[in-house]
Amino acid sequence: MSIQEILKTMEYGPAPEDASIARGWLDAHAGGFGHFIDGAFTAPGTTFDVQNPATGEVIAKVTQGSAADVEAAVAAARKAQGPWAALSGHERARYLYAIARHVQQHARFLAVLETIDNGKPIRETRDIDVPLVARHFYHHAGWAEIAEDELPGTEPWGVCGQVIPWNFPLLMLAWKIAPALAAGNTVVLKPAEYTPLTALAFAGICAEVGLPAGVVNLVTGDGETGAAITGHEGIDKVAFTGSTEVGKSIRRQIAGSGKGLTLELGGKSPYLVFADADLDGAVEGVVDAIFFNQGQVCCAGARILVAEAVAERFEALLRARMATLRVGDPLDKSTDMGAIVHPVQLARIRDLVAKGAAEGAVLHQGSAPEGCFYPPTLVTNVEPASVLSTEEIFGPVVTMTTFRTPSDAVDLANNTRYGLAASIWSENVNLCLDIGAQVKAGVVWINCTNVLDAGAGFGGYRESGFGREGGREGMMAYLRHRAPKGRAPDPAALQAVPHGGGTGAGIDRTAKLYVGGKQARPDSGYSYAVEGPNGPVGLVGLGNRKDIRNAVEAAGKAGGWGRATGHNRAQVLYYLGENLSARAAEFAERLASFGSEGKDAQTEVETAIRRCFWYAAQADKFDGAVHQTKSAHVTLAMPEPLGVMGVVCPTVRPLLGFVSLVLPAIAMGNSVVAVPSQAHPLAATDFYQVLETSDVPGGVVNIVTGPRDDLAKTLAQHDGVAGMWYVGGGEGAAMVERESAGNLKQTWVEADGARDWTGREGYGRGFLHRATQVKNIWVPYGE
Amino acid sequence: MNVKHDEQGHALPATLATRASGRNRGMALDLSMFEGHAVNRSATERRTATLGGRRSVKKAHQAAWLVNAIRLVDLTTLSGDDTAGKVRRLCAKARRPLADRIVEGLGIADMGLTVGAVCVYPTMVPHAVEALDGSGIPVASVATGFPAGLMPLDLRLREIEWAVAQGADEIDIVITREHVLRQDWQALHNEIRAMREACGEAHMKAILATGDLQTLRNVYAASMVAMQAGADFIKTSTGKEGVNATLPVSLVMIRALRDYGAATGTRIGFKPAGGMKQAKEALGWQILMKEELGRPWLEPDLFRFGASSMLGDIERQLEHHVTGRYAASHRHAAS
Repeated sequence: MSIQEILKTMEYGPAPEDASIARGWLDAHAGGFGHFIDGAFTAPGTTFDVQNPATGEVIAKVTQGSAADVEAAVAAARKAQGPWAALSGHERARYLYAIARHVQQHARFLAVLETIDNGKPIRETRDIDVPLVARHFYHHAGWAEIAEDELPGTEPWGVCGQVIPWNFPLLMLAWKIAPALAAGNTVVLKPAEYTPLTALAFAGICAEVGLPAGVVNLVTGDGETGAAITGHEGIDKVAFTGSTEVGKSIRRQIAGSGKGLTLELGGKSPYLVFADADLDGAVEGVVDAIFFNQGQVCCAGARILVAEAVAERFEALLRARMATLRVGDPLDKSTDMGAIVHPVQLARIRDLVAKGAAEGAVLHQGSAPEGCFYPPTLVTNVEPASVLSTEEIFGPVVTMTTFRTPSDAVDLANNTRYGLAASIWSENVNLCLDIGAQVKAGVVWINCTNVLDAGAGFGGYRESGFGREGGREGMMAYLRHRAPKGRAPDPAALQAVPHGGGTGAGIDRTAKLYVGGKQARPDSGYSYAVEGPNGPVGLVGLGNRKDIRNAVEAAGKAGGWGRATGHNRAQVLYYLGENLSARAAEFAERLASFGSEGKDAQTEVETAIRRCFWYAAQADKFDGAVHQTKSAHVTLAMPEPLGVMGVVCPTVRPLLGFVSLVLPAIAMGNSVVAVPSQAHPLAATDFYQVLETSDVPGGVVNIVTGPRDDLAKTLAQHDGVAGMWYVGGGEGAAMVERESAGNLKQTWVEADGARDWTGREGYGRGFLHRATQVKNIWVPYGE
Repeated sequence: MNVKHDEQGHALPATLATRASGRNRGMALDLSMFEGHAVNRSATERRTATLGGRRSVKKAHQAAWLVNAIRLVDLTTLSGDDTAGKVRRLCAKARRPLADRIVEGLGIADMGLTVGAVCVYPTMVPHAVEALDGSGIPVASVATGFPAGLMPLDLRLREIEWAVAQGADEIDIVITREHVLRQDWQALHNEIRAMREACGEAHMKAILATGDLQTLRNVYAASMVAMQAGADFIKTSTGKEGVNATLPVSLVMIRALRDYGAATGTRIGFKPAGGMKQAKEALGWQILMKEELGRPWLEPDLFRFGASSMLGDIERQLEHHVTGRYAASHRHAAS
């Protein structure tokens, strides 16, 4: 085309990235790739094809990982783990630093390869993915250096099994491998079936920097290979990023295994635009939110919620902007959106959009070429119940709904089973921070979106998973507090008929359940006998699933507790200690009636009082951080309560066990449904009188006595319960973890009798850590 | 399925008045068009920071875009030591911005390539008019006490009238920054309105001196008032402020002119000025215009660069395109 012809149209023309070096690398491996195990590539086995989604061309053959391959990889990782963890932090830091350097030195090769493999535009791999990969390894080189000083009292899990998705193949690898290695773990990682190539290139970098054999092992394959890794008994910790459906199946698969688990799953994140927002900025944000990576982003702002006052103008601006988006060849430097990762995904997007359109939704679409491409799509006239509002589409499709008031906006924003991210657009800092506190999301972007940095935590609430990646909180996912060992026998079966054993002196007392700040009779109408050393010492209500339902309902209504200041909660906890102290003798007597020696009973009560003070002290001190991320950004890491927590207390230490679990939960602002020691619940039921006299608001602590594992099961299955602590038997622990998959509540299970509740193990920041989830709020600034 | 497709620019007005047949008539001051208009700096900066990575022009397209940039240049000299001789040299370069060998190499010999205009101080206007006689290249004059503008209004208006009388086709006025900083929008509107009248048939470019205005909200508001008062172009800077043309400021100004166009149906031109030296920047600004406003804003009636040294770099890049060898500026005609 002549210069003068171009001058007429002023089109951009082709601007192809040269892919010859990456293609040469692929050609050199035309015979197929093996796995990377114990520091070397295996010979290719049974292979499957890897395609360039933009062209459909087969670009590589990759080995389907077998059980034997996984076995070999886990064995290599196990062998390497001890020596790797035994290196000094500084020595591990040197390796991570070298990896970061080499990622930078091979940056363009990795970017081009990623684009060929995934279909995302070269602009993104070159300007976003690969620079973030390097940044992640640099940041975690630092954590390797200082973890021992900064995160004391922790140890690496051991061998980590990691399964990552296809949307950010190399970046997700970095998010998994960097913190794991920094903490002293070794890894067996499976890249996604669609996009394994940059992981295989990364293996070359591991070899290039001389990383010890077995520290990083890569096994390629499909979901079956992934399940073989996560289910392998040699794996100590599982980390998964991908769909909520698979995340739930992993939760069930490894229930009761004692493995650590972090999940980073799906989302349907709200994108709130208030009337005073910079509307052009917010429109550009939508481009960065849902038209980034073809919308195949778990944290994508997929639901625009816009103030009615500006909705019309916002829609006009957005549609004008969408018309300038260029969809096409991902290797072209002027492409905004490349190919959808695989025809299967394209069919899924089309199917969901067709369903939404059949429901009456109106589609506003840009253009896209033939092939595995999908145009940028805005959906209007869409109701909250529409499949397009509720399902994660994982494509460049965004819905737009209007709201009237800020509270309306929050209700709509939180009307989802997910809780990964949220964007809030307004020039009013009061409004932004108010809404930021109310949205249920692990990442909140104010006047920006999809801003990522290794220094901040990333991860979700609700069915978006648990655990964080990045920053200090991300390191905690790869370290564990040393778990106590041991096990007490399961409590005896309950007797819910008259025991005929007589009662002690004094007026007969009835221990009821405690629900919503009121004493309540058990729904069942039964009571069971509480045994002492010399026969029964009293009766207590036989709670059932309806009592749990009522208690969770009451706990859910106590949300104001979580919004109270730390100081307010501290005052209540101090008051609990004060009132417990006033009745210390009575509690000691009660404990003695269960068979506790006199001095021991007194110690238990005194320790319980100290717990009140310790958690009162922490209530306004267990605070967050301002992360070091990007310039002109304040990135706040705020610990927030989980919400309603189920707490199943140990059989031993009927008072102290109860107090030691309930107090950290409520100190952090959670409300609790507690199942006290099945064998000796009367100390806990006595305690509700202390709660009543100590200004604990109704519903903050609810107590349901009865058969431990039956009640635990109802709690674990309850979708209104966000977190679950269970101290009990092995089968019960497995059951709790398995059932928690329903809404992916966070769990902490431990063997009854393992922990010494009276000593140093009985309290600490670890409890508070488990009672909170970190919300990262990004606040850019500048006038 | 109910599917709707939009084209670029559908939110922009159909032009009622083309540049050839009409001017920005302006309107009474309307505060509702800018008061409370939010401009978020970090969002604005993010857009402009990523734009360079989103679009790329290579090879023949790059050459064409650089040739187009020459058409858009207001070739400028605004120095205390300007002389008739210096202005004549500048005008010679304006008439023949590229060496003949480059023009022929590019295959554009028959297009009569010149710069968009020559921009000088008022007393240099007669020299420029004479030197450009017959070329069709407009002469632009700064006026109104450039660059600070702090002299009595009647003298500033007289200066405009004088420059127009000397043959200036375009007048680049400066605004009283104090009116913006004190948010005295009526005073600003009155002042620019009076200048617009003094310009007569000459097109008026309003220099906002955005480096002095500092905040992007001020930039948006001042842009809107200038257009309401009848500016045909809005221009970022005099070249003398501490900070001159930047992409974030430009983005805010062109969004303001888009909004003014949507409200009134009038297309306004844009001129970034000061500090632009590289051919690469000429591409970046054109990409910004094409992405945000569309093809019409890549023509000299709606877009100009105020630059003195950028042309030299463009010429070097174009020679490289023609010969495949890197060029040296001493082998090109000076201006």
